[in-house]
Amino acid sequence: MNGKTQNQIGWLFVLPVVALVAFNAIIPLMAVVNYSVQETFGNNMFFFEGVKWFEQVLHSDRFHASLGRQLVFSGIILAIEVPLGVAIALAMPRRGPWVSVCLVLMALPLLIPWNVVGAMWNIFALPDIGMLGRLINDLGFNYNYTQQPLSAWATLIAMDVWHWTSLVVLLAYAGLSAIPDAYYQAAKIDGASSWAVFRYIQLPKMRRVLTIAVLLRFMDSFNIHTEPFVLTGGGPGNATTLLSIDLVKIALGQFDLGPAAAMSIIYFLIILLLSWIFYAVMTRDEAQ
Amino acid sequence: MAKISLENIKHSYLKRPRAPEDWALKKLDLEWTDGGAYALLGPSGCGKTTLLNIISGLVRPTEGRVLFDGIDLTERPTDRRHIAQVFQFPVVYDTMTVWENLAFPLRNRGLPAAEIEGKVQAIAQMLDLTEMLQRRAAGLTADGKQKISLGRGLVRSDVNVIMFDEPLTVIDPHLKWQLRSKLKELHQRTRRTMIYVTHDQTEALTFAETVVVMHEGTVVQVGSPVELFERPRHTFVGHFIGSPGMNVLPCEVSNGAVLFAGQRVDVENPPTAPLNGRHTEIGVRPEFVGLDQQGIPVKIIKVSDAGRYRIVEARCGESHLKLLLEEGAALPGSSAGVRFDRSHTRLYADSQLLE
Amino acid sequence: MRKLSWLVPTLYILFLLLPIYWLVSMSFKTTNEILGAFTLWPKKFTLENYQKIFTDPTWYNGYINSLIYVVINTVISVLAALPAAYAFSRYRFLGDKHLFFWLLTNRMAPAAVFALPFFQLYSAIGLFDTHIAVALAHCLFNIPLAVWILEGFMSSVPKQLDETAYLDGYGFWRFFIKIFLPTIAAGIGVAAFFCFMFSWVELLLAKTLTSVAAKPIAATMTRTASSSGYELGLLAAAGTLTIIPGAFVIYFVRNYIAKGFALGRV
Repeated sequence: MNGKTQNQIGWLFVLPVVALVAFNAIIPLMAVVNYSVQETFGNNMFFFEGVKWFEQVLHSDRFHASLGRQLVFSGIILAIEVPLGVAIALAMPRRGPWVSVCLVLMALPLLIPWNVVGAMWNIFALPDIGMLGRLINDLGFNYNYTQQPLSAWATLIAMDVWHWTSLVVLLAYAGLSAIPDAYYQAAKIDGASSWAVFRYIQLPKMRRVLTIAVLLRFMDSFNIHTEPFVLTGGGPGNATTLLSIDLVKIALGQFDLGPAAAMSIIYFLIILLLSWIFYAVMTRDEAQ
Repeated sequence: MAKISLENIKHSYLKRPRAPEDWALKKLDLEWTDGGAYALLGPSGCGKTTLLNIISGLVRPTEGRVLFDGIDLTERPTDRRHIAQVFQFPVVYDTMTVWENLAFPLRNRGLPAAEIEGKVQAIAQMLDLTEMLQRRAAGLTADGKQKISLGRGLVRSDVNVIMFDEPLTVIDPHLKWQLRSKLKELHQRTRRTMIYVTHDQTEALTFAETVVVMHEGTVVQVGSPVELFERPRHTFVGHFIGSPGMNVLPCEVSNGAVLFAGQRVDVENPPTAPLNGRHTEIGVRPEFVGLDQQGIPVKIIKVSDAGRYRIVEARCGESHLKLLLEEGAALPGSSAGVRFDRSHTRLYADSQLLE
Repeated sequence: MRKLSWLVPTLYILFLLLPIYWLVSMSFKTTNEILGAFTLWPKKFTLENYQKIFTDPTWYNGYINSLIYVVINTVISVLAALPAAYAFSRYRFLGDKHLFFWLLTNRMAPAAVFALPFFQLYSAIGLFDTHIAVALAHCLFNIPLAVWILEGFMSSVPKQLDETAYLDGYGFWRFFIKIFLPTIAAGIGVAAFFCFMFSWVELLLAKTLTSVAAKPIAATMTRTASSSGYELGLLAAAGTLTIIPGAFVIYFVRNYIAKGFALGRV
């Protein structure tokens, strides 16, 4: 389709980006790796311990449990937010006065600091003084997210969907806007149904933006910390203790720098692996 | 296949057009006969794409009617008009193979598989696409993709007219003539009505049997390429067609005689009635302007080499004109005289040919 | 069926506005009223939360500080990302595919991992508690995003556009600025908005790298959670106010997101 030209000047173009990102990434990374292979008994004394922390983390039940919860959470999030976001983008008008209004309103949840998001949903969903909580209970359901694990999960997912679906909508809509009218005209002339238009024109042309949307939502949902922390604190009990919450508990709560650093690295490697899989699958046809 | 008539078409993209400039298409009536090869020629902004879209149904005209074989289709949407259109840049379904692309319009209309296979193979052969049928459409070059777009129109037997909107725009220059010849060949073979919109006169004159020249929203002349060249009925046509274009020189008419730069000029169509207050010009192609010591005096500005002939630019008073010199003919000095060939010099009043 | 499609975005927006209405109504209530009972709208409408924010310098400086470093970051990120995205889109060079993916990997670690190392790094170079420190730190995750988004939009532009411009005699930079950038305006709008957004809401790093001079609003807000219990009214008012700058940004880039470009107008 678009042949790229072999041109090492590309390196000059990416230099600013590499410099800025590497500066922020390499040095801290080295620090983390450093901690992950050492033991400290306080007083800034460190002893090299090799892979002891990695083994400890990988074999701990606690880690397995958090990881499991995290995978379920991210899976559900992706399954809801991506199709929903695309569907909304498709249903939006392509031009006209309402487009601006829609875009601005849809972007509002994205702009709220995450601790505020957590706090507002915390109150919003309370069964006695919250709008949502009261509504659900008035409808006859027995709902209390502070005590029921299932309700806590439902509330957490609802909060995330509320918070982040608009990201998918914005990306999908921008991608859709870039499709020239001629494609729709040709499809009309060819007698294509709306489903055919979606499957053969819109979806393929949105592939790139959807890749970005899926990867972003996967990574951010896997890393999520503040919102669930403020909403449920990881509870009731351990029910909503996702990986990041667990990590911070270990690092800050117990001051186990070694295990925390090791866990951070494992955490990072898991995301890396899964992202790479997503990426490879979604861009497999690009090499032509 | 059908005869297409456009009656009293006027179109404006504005909701409330006031001045003449607000109208993209001023009043026009046109008829396109079955099986013809037409070109819609004109500079950018003259309204030719608007006209094309009105025929195909992508634009509904502000006024007027579109009729196919006498049936008013003005209100009917594009997919019910049995037309096909090839766009300025290739529109193919990237995820499908070439075969699937060509079969797509037929599948959507529910044709049986055997019939689809037959038609697709026939069209692929006509377009030299047979070896590529199983390849992904996205992998073809631009001209290949345009052929696919064309193929999707040819493959349907219910197509009344195939329309081309500047289809060679993104094609590599050395492939343009190839595709152009192919289009002409296809027209000869299939005898489908084809309307080809372009601003390039070479494309228009080589492809079409009939050319419709447009300028600022109106049709200025309809005719064969030869007619347009030999006998332009509007100064715009004369100037636009031909390279270099026709010389358009202001002149005066007094007592039935045509005067240019004070000298009498013989024209093919001398005026028979008085031309009070009308803006008069004479039009003569550079091919029919010759050097003559006893002719109208001009100053030579520039001589450029155009291969088999030379183009001489000259000035006479305020007017500029061009003439052609054959290879080997003597070059003029800094000043010379010119003479216009009477049978190819014509008088125009208000830009229209005086008839 | 097509006619009812407006229902979908409408219902979605209503769903989005409900908690926001809740937030705004909380901002006009006293903390006591919020925690006391459920009220659909403020029974005792009060402006005291907003008063506090507009009069107390620690509060409104928080907004100003946040705005400063977010704008700096957005500008740096987009400017650096543009040539890089062009290179990824048009050129093949040694290691390009790996570099592209590596950029994204920088978004994969939770911010908590970087907090302590960043504190040490930026203190070491004397940039602690400055706006530029936070702006630079946020480049870690914003630049990769900007590059990815811009590259996606740039790759949709056919190379013929570049080639036609060179044939017409354009130098590279003139082509880039006058022809190419307007073509990908939608992408620039989206990238700028996302950079703004992610930097605006990021809390952990911004808090870690600042103390007084450049303290962002998100950090100031965490005060409400600790000092005098949970000052919910104040938090709600502060939260409501944080929506406004972002709403402005998206209002300005809405045309770029909605427009896209038409290949047909070659």
